[in-house]
Amino acid sequence: MYVCSSPHLRDNCTTTKIMLDVIIALLPAVVAGIWFFGYRAAVVILVTVITAVAAEYLMRKGLKRDNTISDLSAVVTGLLLALNLPPAIPLWIAAVGAVIAIVIVKQLFGGLGQNFMNPALGARAILVAAWASSMTTWTQPFGETVTTTATATPAADAVASATPLAALKEGIYGIYSYGDLFWGNIAGCIGETSAFAILLGFVYLLVKGVISWHIPVIFTATTAVMTWMLGPDGMFTGDPLYHVLSGGLLLGAVFMATDYVTCPVTKTGAAIYAFGCGLLTALFRLYGSMPEGVSFAIILMNVVTPLIDRHTIPASFGGERNVG
Amino acid sequence: MLLINKLFAGGVAVPHRKNTAEMETVVMDTPSKVIIPMAQHSGPPCRPTVKKGDIVKVGQLIGDSDAYISAPIHSSVSGIVKRVEPMLYASGHLVISVEIEADNKQELSEDIKAPSVNNREQFIEAIRGSGLVGLGGAGFPSHVKLNPPKDKKIDYLIINGAECEPYITSDYRECIEFAPYIIKGIQLVLDMLEIPRAIIGIEDNKPKAISLLKEKSKNDSRISVYSLRSRYPQGAEKTLIYTVTGRKVPPGKLPADVGCLVFNVNSISFMAKYVETGIPLIKKRVTVDGPVVREPKNVEVLIGTSIGDVFEFSGGFLSKPYKVLMGGPMMGIAQYSLETSVIKNTNAILAFDKNEGDLPPETPCIRCGRCVAACPMNLLPHEINRFVMAGRYNELDKFHILDCIECGSCSYVCPAKRHLVQSIRLGKDAVRRNAKKA
Repeated sequence: MYVCSSPHLRDNCTTTKIMLDVIIALLPAVVAGIWFFGYRAAVVILVTVITAVAAEYLMRKGLKRDNTISDLSAVVTGLLLALNLPPAIPLWIAAVGAVIAIVIVKQLFGGLGQNFMNPALGARAILVAAWASSMTTWTQPFGETVTTTATATPAADAVASATPLAALKEGIYGIYSYGDLFWGNIAGCIGETSAFAILLGFVYLLVKGVISWHIPVIFTATTAVMTWMLGPDGMFTGDPLYHVLSGGLLLGAVFMATDYVTCPVTKTGAAIYAFGCGLLTALFRLYGSMPEGVSFAIILMNVVTPLIDRHTIPASFGGERNVG
Repeated sequence: MLLINKLFAGGVAVPHRKNTAEMETVVMDTPSKVIIPMAQHSGPPCRPTVKKGDIVKVGQLIGDSDAYISAPIHSSVSGIVKRVEPMLYASGHLVISVEIEADNKQELSEDIKAPSVNNREQFIEAIRGSGLVGLGGAGFPSHVKLNPPKDKKIDYLIINGAECEPYITSDYRECIEFAPYIIKGIQLVLDMLEIPRAIIGIEDNKPKAISLLKEKSKNDSRISVYSLRSRYPQGAEKTLIYTVTGRKVPPGKLPADVGCLVFNVNSISFMAKYVETGIPLIKKRVTVDGPVVREPKNVEVLIGTSIGDVFEFSGGFLSKPYKVLMGGPMMGIAQYSLETSVIKNTNAILAFDKNEGDLPPETPCIRCGRCVAACPMNLLPHEINRFVMAGRYNELDKFHILDCIECGSCSYVCPAKRHLVQSIRLGKDAVRRNAKKA
């Protein structure tokens, strides 16, 4: 007879099922991206997902470790990377990004559960540094590709395809309505345009119990309050709603900042982390040289996570907290 | 009567599988032999008071100890002592045990008479004599519990009928079949120890037991019956106390430190029966269930009966059992032999096939936090697991590892199927060893 230590009963939730739920939650954003940016967006998504899975398979084989592609985490990474890329990104750059995410950020640090920052965001940061112009070439929904960068002088034709945040950075107001921002009829990364699609995914993740509301809500609220407070015309003159609906904030808050591996585990830790993400995002957006700062804010807080964890060990039931 | 109770944080929704709930207890025939271990309680084991060749009768003392935290052990059959030597015990250890060949006459010992119980001291002495230990599973000697330090004032007597483990219906059957004894036992303890109030806590998946006990206790305003949310581990002592009183037992402290005294429904009912008859603890209701048991049932078993005999009485196995448990699937102990005996605190024996008994392979922790959310003691099981597996035992204190109650909720919910509580047990052992060395 088989003997082992209790419990002898396990829940039927598995890592693969959780990853599958994340993929399902991302589908509205994927569909929105393809709807607004056409087949090119679909091709980018396919390239990153296939490259990520292939890189995971080959890397594990090369390291003589067990095969882990069936846990679907590489699919999630590939998908998240694509959603954080501009639709017109050269496909080879997208593929390089997927390899960086899996090989360098994830597997070299020990694979699933061991990476110290979100693989997709880590890769995105490297791509932004290496191919700045390709990473900031945006496409107008249903339209042509026009190059604008944060540092370019605003020209009449360029304004039409600037991302909402780039426009804001250059002091241009009123080219996008809240409706455009909410439904996603704006230039931007493939997955970040439609707030509506991201919120659908958020609700799905909440209902399935994959994530709790804490990180997305505290993150978004902090950015909203900070951008409102530090407005262009003095205290409390900002436009928080515009900031919340623009750029990668919602995508980042719902899908990237909540990455289990790189965020704190306790509620207290998560609150500190989400507040940090929100604060840094607002500061980067308002005072940085680039219009967007969500991914860098999250990466920075990812790195601080072990520190937060170490100082938020809770008191046990009925006990007192250890100090230090 | 206050019926609102608190919800404890954490826990998991385990399947109930109370297949035997409506099966009335059947009495099993006297087995041909019994093997009665001398360690059926927490505390040092008893020393046998009989030797090979002795003739013993039902209820006769066969083991006792001078240690305060201990409970005497009585023969469950009449017959002849065949062996007194170390034998296989439910925990997997060898424990000195007394094997008695039954003569099938079941003659009652002459020593048995109803004790006279007129005051606290007599009552505690009588309960010690009965051999009663906590029947919910921990096996703590009841007379010790009934005698808290004088400076601890007890406000609540709490009766644990939560029975949150899947499959087990032994407490439930006691409520249904012996409700009047449960109430009598409660009144006895309230009177003898001068405790003002008693609360019976039962999970809300047992509405019949709740309404029956409410009905039986309606004339005694000191007794309330609480319907508790069905959530594992509702029946753990600390979570139960918190749920019904809002009091938290601090780490390393006892229920008496927060003015509570907790007994299982079977234990409290036994007290009333013992005071009436004087027959010591020699039998136990055991739930026999699991997918490979032919006829699942609740069986009244003489202590010392081998689990193999009990399974045989339940129609045997449908197929070869892959895993056999003593206790429930969440905290029960896997057995490698069917020779081990039913002891005082056995409340179930379960037999699983490979499908139910096998564990899925471990995969890497993804830090999802489900174990943290599930831990009723507010610990970080995934972190403790990481430190234990790395052998960093001297850093485990900061994670309050010794406060773990080993309920297994963390391992149950883990999507990566990590052996969390198992590694915590390992870590606790290492921490205790280090403490001894220092």
